[in-house]
Amino acid sequence: MPERQQVLYLWANGSGLAAGVVGWAFHDGTEGQGPDLPDDEPPYPTGDAALCDGWCLLQSAPLVAPAPGAEHTNSYLDYEFVFERRVAV
Amino acid sequence: MAAFVTDGYLRFDALVPDQINRAVLDEIATLKDERWLPEGMHPPDTGTPLADCYPEPSAIGAYLRLPEVQGIIEALVGLDATFDHDFTHHLPAGSEYLQDLHVDAVVDSLDPAFDIQLFYFPHDVTAGEGGTRFVPGSHLRRVLSGGIGRYQHIVGEQQFCGEAGTVLVFHHGMWHAGQPNPGAADRWMHKVRLNPTRPQVRRWNTSDLEALHNRPTDHVFATMESDSVAHVFRTNHPWHGVTESRNEQIQRARLWRYLTGDDGYDVDHYLSRLEGHERVAGDA
Repeated sequence: MPERQQVLYLWANGSGLAAGVVGWAFHDGTEGQGPDLPDDEPPYPTGDAALCDGWCLLQSAPLVAPAPGAEHTNSYLDYEFVFERRVAV
Repeated sequence: MAAFVTDGYLRFDALVPDQINRAVLDEIATLKDERWLPEGMHPPDTGTPLADCYPEPSAIGAYLRLPEVQGIIEALVGLDATFDHDFTHHLPAGSEYLQDLHVDAVVDSLDPAFDIQLFYFPHDVTAGEGGTRFVPGSHLRRVLSGGIGRYQHIVGEQQFCGEAGTVLVFHHGMWHAGQPNPGAADRWMHKVRLNPTRPQVRRWNTSDLEALHNRPTDHVFATMESDSVAHVFRTNHPWHGVTESRNEQIQRARLWRYLTGDDGYDVDHYLSRLEGHERVAGDA
C-alpha cells in the first residue's frame, strides 16, 4: 500500500523538545486521507508529546550565535522542529 | 501609548458611526472597481498631505476626518503625516483565499520611526467569518516579508471580529494575513498607511507621562513601580521565550526613548548595563 508523508512543524519557546510549543504548521500529503490535527490549539504541548504520538523528528533548529549588532533584536522563531509521519493511503 | 509600543496595535471598537460606515461600503466598492482604470475614482497620490486626501464629498474622507480618528493619527504620526497608500480588501462570501502571514513592505531600517496602518472594518465581522489574522507583539522583529509565511498558527495570535466601524491601528511591522471568508456575506476592509513627516516625539496626550514614566532604575529584581510604563513593557506575549522577552523589553525601551525624547529611559537595566560597558571599554 503506498505511503504519503505528513509534515508537522513545531516552534518551541526553548531549544529542547521538552519546551512549550508556541507555533505550528501542518502539511498533509495524504490530502485528508490520513489523521488530522486540531486547528485552533497546539496539537501537542511539546515536541516530546509529538514523538509519543508517533511523529518522527526530521530536523531540529541549529543553535546559531547572534550576529554582531543583532544580539538584542528578535526575528524569526528560533526553535523549529520538523516532524514527519508516513501514512498508508 | 505604552500598550501600542508593547503590542504593536490599538483597537477602537465601533468608532465610526453607521451612517459613515454605510457610505464607505459604497465608496470603497467603487474605488476597488476603478482604482486602476484611466477614468473614475482613484486614491490620493503617494506623498499627498493627509489634509488633502479624499476631499469632500467623500465617505472615506469623512471617516479620516472624524475627531477621534484625527486624534489617533495626531498621537502616532502627526496630522502632518503624508499618505503612503491605501487598499480595499474584499473577500466574497465563501472565498477560500488564504493569505500567508506577512509584513507589509520591506525589512525595516534600524531607526525607530514608524508608519501606522489603519485597518477599518465598515461592517460587522462575526467570529468564525475569518477577519484579519494578526500577531500581537510581532511588530519590532526584523524579518523578511515572505519569511514568516510558514507560521500557520502562533499562540496568542488574533483574528479580528467586531462591530461595524471598528478600527485597528497597526505599527507597520505587525505580522498579519487575510483569511478565508466562510460567512454568508462579502467582507470588506479598508487599509490606509500613513508616513510621519516629523519626529514622533510626545505627540500624544502626555498629561500622565510624568506619573507613569518610570525612572531608569526600575528593575524587576530591585525597586519596581507597579503602575508604570515599565510594568506594561514587561508584558510577555505567550509565544515569546525568555530571551525573546528580554530582547522585546530592550526594543520597547528603545522605541520609548524615541517617543519621549528621553535617551536615558530603561526597563530592568538592560540598556543601561550595555551602555555602561561601552563607556568603560571606551575609557580603557
